[in-house]
Amino acid sequence: MTGRPAGRPLVPAYLSTGGVARPSRPQLERLSVLARSGEPVPPGLPAAELALLDALEGGSLAVVEAAALLRLPVSAVRVLAAGLADRELVLTRAPIPPAERFDPDLLKRVADGLRALKHT
Amino acid sequence: MASAPSSTPSAVTPGAIHLPDTARDLVKILVAGPFGVGKTTLIDSVSEIRPLHTEEHLSEASAEVDDLAGVREKTTTTVAIDFGRISLPGGVVLYLFGTPGQERFRSLWDEIAYGALGALVLVDSRRLDASFDVLGLVEESGLPYAVAFNAFPDAPRHYGEEQLRRALDLEAGTPMVTCDARDANSSIDALLALVDHLIDPGEAR
Repeated sequence: MTGRPAGRPLVPAYLSTGGVARPSRPQLERLSVLARSGEPVPPGLPAAELALLDALEGGSLAVVEAAALLRLPVSAVRVLAAGLADRELVLTRAPIPPAERFDPDLLKRVADGLRALKHT
Repeated sequence: MASAPSSTPSAVTPGAIHLPDTARDLVKILVAGPFGVGKTTLIDSVSEIRPLHTEEHLSEASAEVDDLAGVREKTTTTVAIDFGRISLPGGVVLYLFGTPGQERFRSLWDEIAYGALGALVLVDSRRLDASFDVLGLVEESGLPYAVAFNAFPDAPRHYGEEQLRRALDLEAGTPMVTCDARDANSSIDALLALVDHLIDPGEAR
């Protein structure tokens, strides 16, 4: 992945998902976390799926980060990640449910964290 | 001051941006405003990763990909959405999404705004009218928000707070702050104005 010339997508977006437009898991969001499952990568995976697995080598990424790194639309990464999750090659974790985003404890942790950052 | 380009090509190595192992709760705040108001500058000043961007199509890929009739109607317009990330103590990871405010970005706006804590609306006091669209979108989406005036060196200083509040048609309880988007502490203060407002919406400012 390193040293790839800037400005050129790894895989054209329209080819990356093999023509599939809708993810098999509708709940994958921009901030869903993707991680490798540890299952061995089977031979013959399409380039875009391999690229996503490659990006997750050594750590997890949010869907939107994977999209930025692979230069693919978020919608394409959703499709790819859902397909890989179906085959148990990728683990996904949903972000905080919208209903819980105004949890006072969570907001206080955000505020405290930002304040702590200011003094560093 | 020229604002940072909204789509700097970069060759980031994935290893450099993997989430910390402690990451547990991923939350997002929109940094909204018209082009050139300093959204990317603000995100850059506080983000722990070099801001990344995604290329977004203004309408999602058609569900009926096999239907060639639909192809003609698909828009080919794309827009770059910048984002940054701040890992906070306690497992919270805060994402900041630079979100343009034009009416034509509405569907994209709705998708990015889904689940967001709120929006920090960046305003250039030299061109208040450029922010009307974005304020309309924020209010319609029901997102709580705060307004931050980016302190451009030649920004007019003769406006009083009430004057600005009236010009933007803001409610009395909507926090209004001035910030320097290039300065991390100043940008954090603007974000805090929003988060404190989320914690206690009744508190005026």
